[in-house]
Amino acid sequence: MPSKKELLDLQFIDARHLLINLAAFLDRIDRHPGEDDHRLTALKAAIPVILENRPDRAKAVLEAMSDPSTDLPQSAPFQGATGAPPVDHALIPADR
Amino acid sequence: MKYIEPHAHMVSRTTDDYEKLALAGCEALCEPAFWAGFDRSSADGFYDYFRQLTEYEPKRAAKYGIRHYSWLCINPKEADDPGFAREVMSIIPQFLDSPTVLGIGEIGLNKNTRNELTIFEEHVQLALDRDLPILIHTPHLEDKLKGTRLILDSLASFSKLDRGKVIIDHVEEHTIAHVLDAGYWAGMTLYPESKCTPNRAIDMLEIYGHERLWVNSACDWGHSDPLAVPKCALEMKRRKYNPAMIDQIIYQNPREFLSQSAKFAAHHPLP
Repeated sequence: MPSKKELLDLQFIDARHLLINLAAFLDRIDRHPGEDDHRLTALKAAIPVILENRPDRAKAVLEAMSDPSTDLPQSAPFQGATGAPPVDHALIPADR
Repeated sequence: MKYIEPHAHMVSRTTDDYEKLALAGCEALCEPAFWAGFDRSSADGFYDYFRQLTEYEPKRAAKYGIRHYSWLCINPKEADDPGFAREVMSIIPQFLDSPTVLGIGEIGLNKNTRNELTIFEEHVQLALDRDLPILIHTPHLEDKLKGTRLILDSLASFSKLDRGKVIIDHVEEHTIAHVLDAGYWAGMTLYPESKCTPNRAIDMLEIYGHERLWVNSACDWGHSDPLAVPKCALEMKRRKYNPAMIDQIIYQNPREFLSQSAKFAAHHPLP
């Protein structure tokens, strides 16, 4: 198993790149006209999770971006997924 | 390095991709039936698709020394119309005795509806009736956690199900423990944008161990990489995994699961 130093040597530049891309995406959204939607709300609400002192941040972010509903509709109005919980559900995951 | 690609939609890929897979060490691959990117207008469309999976693709793969196997079903995205789904399911049995069909898949849920769940359970029963392994697709993005829970609850109602013959695919950090703790196999799909990256898959191997897990590319017509499995192996090497451990994940584990079908054998003659 690699050490922290070895992992930083391997992956720090990639993590830095991902963080800057996320910051630039938020800047870009702010700069452009129109309304945002539930996807941006979900993204912003999940970002603080990555600074929490816990061993399962990836799991927690995924849970924050998941549909928390338990209802079972007969059929679906559309086939796709947006990547964020439906707008009528609270974002905060059950364990937080 | 040799490896098995346990989940690839080669009908959507070019012959050049078969060459790349062969050059990377792919010895066998499995192709579950899936959504074509659009809804087919009739069951006849599926009949042709099942012929493509069972007759044409094995020959195309064999030209590159790769054994090609398939799984059959109507995928969950087109299973929200039970009448149509049952019409498609009625033609599946005539293909199940094909020498390269391993089992039923990839069944599962898409938008977590009652209709999808009904057809999912009918597929599970079909597999049970014929003692076939099952490959299960879990939903995309925000629907995955809810869908995985629904699938696990549903499977628990099948008292005769051998959980070791079921693989639940596309797990991520929020679903993998649910699947492994219930005794099923789990698949990690390596995608450029959604699902899982090689490094996240390796993280999960570190956390959950190396048993009952495989990695796959699920390459299809969308943004995906047919070489994702060997690239994951390279990342494992960079993270100091020894060759034996890499071999277990990319070759021995899929071989162990797939060998539960009598039709699968690592040295099965090419068609």
